[in-house]
Amino acid sequence: MLGAISLLSFILISNSPIDPVRSYIGADMMLVSPEQRQQIAEYWGLNESKTSQFFHWVKAVSQGDLGTSLLYRVPVTDVIAERFLASLALMAVAWGLSGLFGFILGSIAGMKQGSWLDRFIKGYCFILASTPTFWLGLVALMAFSVWLGWFPIGLGSPAGMLAEDVTLFDRLKHLVLPALTLSIVGVANVALHTRQKLVEVLNSDYVRFAKAKGEKGFSLYWRHGLRNISLPAISLQFASFGELFGGAVLAEQVFSYPGLGQAIVQAGLEGDVPLLLGIVLFSALFVFIGNLLADVFYRIIDPRIRAEGNYE
Amino acid sequence: MNNKVRKRKYSLRQRTIAKIVIALVLLLIMVVSSLLIGPDRLGVNLDLRNQSPSLDFLFGTDWLGRDMLARTLKGLVLSLGVGVLAAFASTCIALLLSLVAAWSSWTDRLVSWLIDLFLSVPHLVTLILISFTVGGGFKGVVIGLSLTHWPSLTRVLRAELLQIKQAEYIQVSKRLGKTRGWIARHHYLPHLMPQLLIGFTLLFPHAILHEAAVTFLGFGLSAEQPAIGVILSESMNYLTTGMWWLAFFPGLSLVCMVALFDLLGQSVRKMIDPYHAMK
Amino acid sequence: MRINRASHKQEEGTHFRSSRLLEVTDFALSFTTYTGGLKETTEQAIKKLDMTIDTGEIVAVVGASGSGKSLLANAILGMLPANATVSGLIKYKGKALTLQDQVQLRGTEIAMIPQSVNSLDPLMKAGKQVRTMIKGKNKKEKQREIFAAVGLDEKVERNYPFQLSGGMARRVLIAIAMVSSAELIVADEPTPGLDEQALEDSIRPIRLLADQGKGVMFITHDIGTALRLADKIVVFNDGKTIETANVKDFYGKGEALRHPYTKQLWNALPQNGFHTP
Repeated sequence: MLGAISLLSFILISNSPIDPVRSYIGADMMLVSPEQRQQIAEYWGLNESKTSQFFHWVKAVSQGDLGTSLLYRVPVTDVIAERFLASLALMAVAWGLSGLFGFILGSIAGMKQGSWLDRFIKGYCFILASTPTFWLGLVALMAFSVWLGWFPIGLGSPAGMLAEDVTLFDRLKHLVLPALTLSIVGVANVALHTRQKLVEVLNSDYVRFAKAKGEKGFSLYWRHGLRNISLPAISLQFASFGELFGGAVLAEQVFSYPGLGQAIVQAGLEGDVPLLLGIVLFSALFVFIGNLLADVFYRIIDPRIRAEGNYE
Repeated sequence: MNNKVRKRKYSLRQRTIAKIVIALVLLLIMVVSSLLIGPDRLGVNLDLRNQSPSLDFLFGTDWLGRDMLARTLKGLVLSLGVGVLAAFASTCIALLLSLVAAWSSWTDRLVSWLIDLFLSVPHLVTLILISFTVGGGFKGVVIGLSLTHWPSLTRVLRAELLQIKQAEYIQVSKRLGKTRGWIARHHYLPHLMPQLLIGFTLLFPHAILHEAAVTFLGFGLSAEQPAIGVILSESMNYLTTGMWWLAFFPGLSLVCMVALFDLLGQSVRKMIDPYHAMK
Repeated sequence: MRINRASHKQEEGTHFRSSRLLEVTDFALSFTTYTGGLKETTEQAIKKLDMTIDTGEIVAVVGASGSGKSLLANAILGMLPANATVSGLIKYKGKALTLQDQVQLRGTEIAMIPQSVNSLDPLMKAGKQVRTMIKGKNKKEKQREIFAAVGLDEKVERNYPFQLSGGMARRVLIAIAMVSSAELIVADEPTPGLDEQALEDSIRPIRLLADQGKGVMFITHDIGTALRLADKIVVFNDGKTIETANVKDFYGKGEALRHPYTKQLWNALPQNGFHTP
C-alpha cells in the first residue's frame, strides 16, 4: 500500500509544471546562468528518465533518506521530525478533547433522545459539521487574540525569542487556540456518531430487556450503554487520524503554528518536492498507524474477537 | 395506562418536504441575487474603504471599498459551481467503480484496494498533491475534489450491489442468458438511483467545504476570483486591524450554505430511504 | 413426559392461598402508522382481550404469529412504542396500573422472560447478568444456586453470551427472572425452536416458578408446549381472546372446547392426527 502511494505521488509530482530548479533558486533566478541551472538539474538527476529517478528515490527512501528540503536546506527527515513534534502536541490535545467531549455530548443526546437537549446538541453538531475549520480558527483568533488579547496571534512560540528561552508556558499559550479550534470541530463528528450508536444500542433487545428488568437512567447507561458504545467509539477515534491531520493542516495555517501541516502547505506552494513527497508518505504512515491501532484495540478488548477471531 | 401519542400538527413527511422546499428556496434566492448584482458593486471604490457593516453595506466593505456582501454572494455561487461539478464527477466515478466491482471477484478486490488506497492519505494532503500536479486553479480544484470524494459513496454502492447480486430476480435474469451489461443497465442502475441521488446531495457540502479549504491554503482558485477561500485568506492580513467583518460574514454565509445543503441531503434521504435514515 | 399438575393443584391450598394477580379487561391496542403518501392510519392490533392470572398459576396465551401476543407482554410492562394507543384496564393485585406503576413494578414485582436470546448484553458475562438482578449480599452464591436449579454448569457464569448455545442462553434468561423477587412472570415465547431436551430443560424451571407461588403468563404459538406446562389456556386470534379453557378440557376430539378455532388448534396437533377440517 505504501509502495503504491509512493509511486502514485511520485508520478503526480513529477508531472507538475512547477520547475524544481526554479523553486530551488527562487528569487535569484535572473542571476543564475542557464549553464548553472543545467548543472543543478544534473546534480539532482533531473535529466534522467522518470523511472530511474523513481528507483533512485525509492532506494534512498528505503535507507531512510528522504532527500534534502529545498526550502529549509536540511534533510527532510529532520524537518518532519521537528515539525511533527509540534503537530503531535496539537493533534494529541485535539484528539483527546474532541473524543472525550464528543463522547459525553453524544451520550447525553442519545440517552435523552427526542428531548430539547438532544435537539440542541444535534443542531450544534450539525452546524459545526458544516463549519470550515479555518474559519472557526479565524473567528477564534479575532475574538480571543485581537479583541480580548488573551492569547498570542500565532506562531508556536513568541516571535523573536531564542528557542532556548521559550518556556513551556509560552508553548502552551500558543497551543491553546489551535487545539481548541481543532477540538471543537472534531467534537461534532464524534458526538453524532456516539449518539447514533447509543440510539441503536438503546433499541436493541438487550436494552429493552434491561428496561423490562427495571433498569433505567444512569445505571442502565453505565451497565449496558457505555460498554457497548465505547468499543466502536474508541476504534473510530483511532481510525480518524486522517481527518485529524487534515484539520491540523488548516488550523496550523490560520495560527501560523509551525507544524507539519504548515510545512506541507509551504512545500506545495513553493515547489519543495522532496519535502512534499516526504510529508505525503509520512501522513499515509500516520493514517496507517491509526487504523492499525484501531484494529489492535478491538482485538485486545472485544471478547468476541479475542476468543475466537470469528465474530458473527 | 396513559400511553398518549404526542399530537403533531404535521406529519413527519410533511415536515421533511417543508424542509426541502425551504432549503431549495433559500439557495435559489442566493443564486438569483448574485446574478442580479451589477459590476458596480464589485468595483473598487476608494471613497468607501473599510466600512463596517451598515444598512448600505450589510457585510461592510474591504480595503478597496468593494461591497463584501456582493463579493460573498459571488463567492458562494462560485463555490456552488465547483461543488456541483466535483460532486457530479465523484458520483460518476463512484457509480462506474461500483459497477466494475460487481463484475467479478478480482475487479471487486481491485476496487476495494483502490478505495483503501485513497482513504490512506488524508483528503487534504491528496488535494494539495493533485493541485500541485495540475498547477492549481479551477481545474486543479475540480479534479482534486472529484478524485477524493468518491470512496465513501463507492463503498455504499458496492455493498448495495453485493446484496442485490444475490437477489433472486438477478439470478433468474442470469439463467435467462442476459448479459452482464444488460443486467447492469436494467437491474443495477435503477436500483442504485436513489442511493446515487442521496450520495450526490450529501457529497455536495463536503466538496464545497474542501474547495474553500484548499483555496484558503492557496492551492485552489486563483486570487483574482472572488472565492470564499480567497476572501478569507485575504482577510487574515487585516485581522489585527480589527476588521472582523471581512472574515466573519463570508465564512458565516458559507456555513449557512453548507448546512442548507446538508439539510437538503438528509431530507432527501429521509424521503427516499426512510429505513436507513431513521437508524 | 407430562409434568404432574394434579399433585401441584392439591398442594395449592396448603402452601398459599391463591389470589388474583393480574386482570386484563377489554384491552385494546392500536398503532398509528404511515401507509404511503402523507396519510396517518390507525391499525388495530389488539381488539378485545380479557384474561386473568392467579398466584401459582401458569396461563398460556396461545395464538398464531403476528396475532399481537407479544404486544400484550409489552403492554403489561408499559414498554409499548410511542405510536401505540391503548384502552381498557390492566389491574395488578386489584389496582389499575398507570405507566408510573409499571415503571415501578418492572423487575421488582413483574419480570419478563424475553423471546430473543439477543436480550443478553453481548459484552457482559452470563453470571454477572444474573448477579446484577440480585438484591442484598451473597450474590455469587445465589447466582450459583439458580444456575444449578436451571441446570447450568458453574463455568457458564464466566461465559459471554456469544459462547452460549441457544438453550443455555434461554436458561440464563429464565435464571434472571428467577432471581428477581417478582410475583408475576411474563414469558414471551421463551421456547421457540428448541429440541425436545432443551425444551424440557427450559420449561421445568418455569414450572418451578409457579410452584413457588408466582403467576406466569406463558405466551406461545405452540399449543403442544402450552398444554404440557400451563394450567389454563387463553386462545387468542384475530386480535381477540376467543376462549379461555382449562387444560383438562383438551381431550378426545375437543368436545369440551367451545370455539371452533380452539378445536382446530387441538385437532391439528400431531398426536391427534393433524386433522384440519
